[in-house]
Amino acid sequence: MNSCDKAATICDKAQYGEATLIEKIKLRFHLLICKTCATHSQKNTKLTSLCQKANLRVLSDQEKSKIKQELQNKL
Amino acid sequence: MTAHQLNPNLWVDAYADYLFNYAISRVSDAEVAKDLVQETFFAGLKSAKNFKGDAAERTWLIAILKRKVIDHYRKSNSTKGKAEVRMSYSANSSADGDWLEERIADPFSTQENSTLENKELGLAIQSCISKLPLKQAQVFKMKTIQGVSTEDICNELGINPSNLWVMIHRARTSLMSCLNKNWF
Repeated sequence: MNSCDKAATICDKAQYGEATLIEKIKLRFHLLICKTCATHSQKNTKLTSLCQKANLRVLSDQEKSKIKQELQNKL
Repeated sequence: MTAHQLNPNLWVDAYADYLFNYAISRVSDAEVAKDLVQETFFAGLKSAKNFKGDAAERTWLIAILKRKVIDHYRKSNSTKGKAEVRMSYSANSSADGDWLEERIADPFSTQENSTLENKELGLAIQSCISKLPLKQAQVFKMKTIQGVSTEDICNELGINPSNLWVMIHRARTSLMSCLNKNWF
């Protein structure tokens, strides 16, 4: 696995706050030397903030299966 | 162009979240929105034979949902007096000098715009998510919107963590390019 792939994975983890400190430091170093990953990381962070800003909602699985069942009954 | 077909069995998995977000941005009440989505599916089922195949399934369902939203507001307004806006000169006596002039909308406020924008943003994201492969969309929604932990998702779907991160990565990359096209 080359270091850009690794950096991308760490970057994804960091979006959910699941990267360890060492991983974060590694990522920082990589971003210093790799322009492509730096852009990607920026975009990735932007996506996270957009998702938070949009205040997305989903129906829970229970609610979905309930609707599904009632649809089945009508079929 | 091939004619579109209806698959009611897949409706809930594929469109429920998109329709739900559409509804919630218009009625701003989760319960009502849920009912509207359900009614939309029922109505779609009932009139499935009138579906001509000109539009995509989702467009057709959204068209039904729009009608349902309008019906909802008609119903809630039909009770007399509810639609009336009452505005007293001074609602609370403590606010002396609360003149009508001070109550008009602030012309420099951008707050209204930003909520509108956020609603549209939500819809844009949701429609991009609905273009993802089902599995990726499922993982992404669980992780990002519902905030389920990595372990729980892995257990529930029977995948290992590196598998999950690959899926998340693919989902995020396609979302980024989709939003690039449709939002910015």
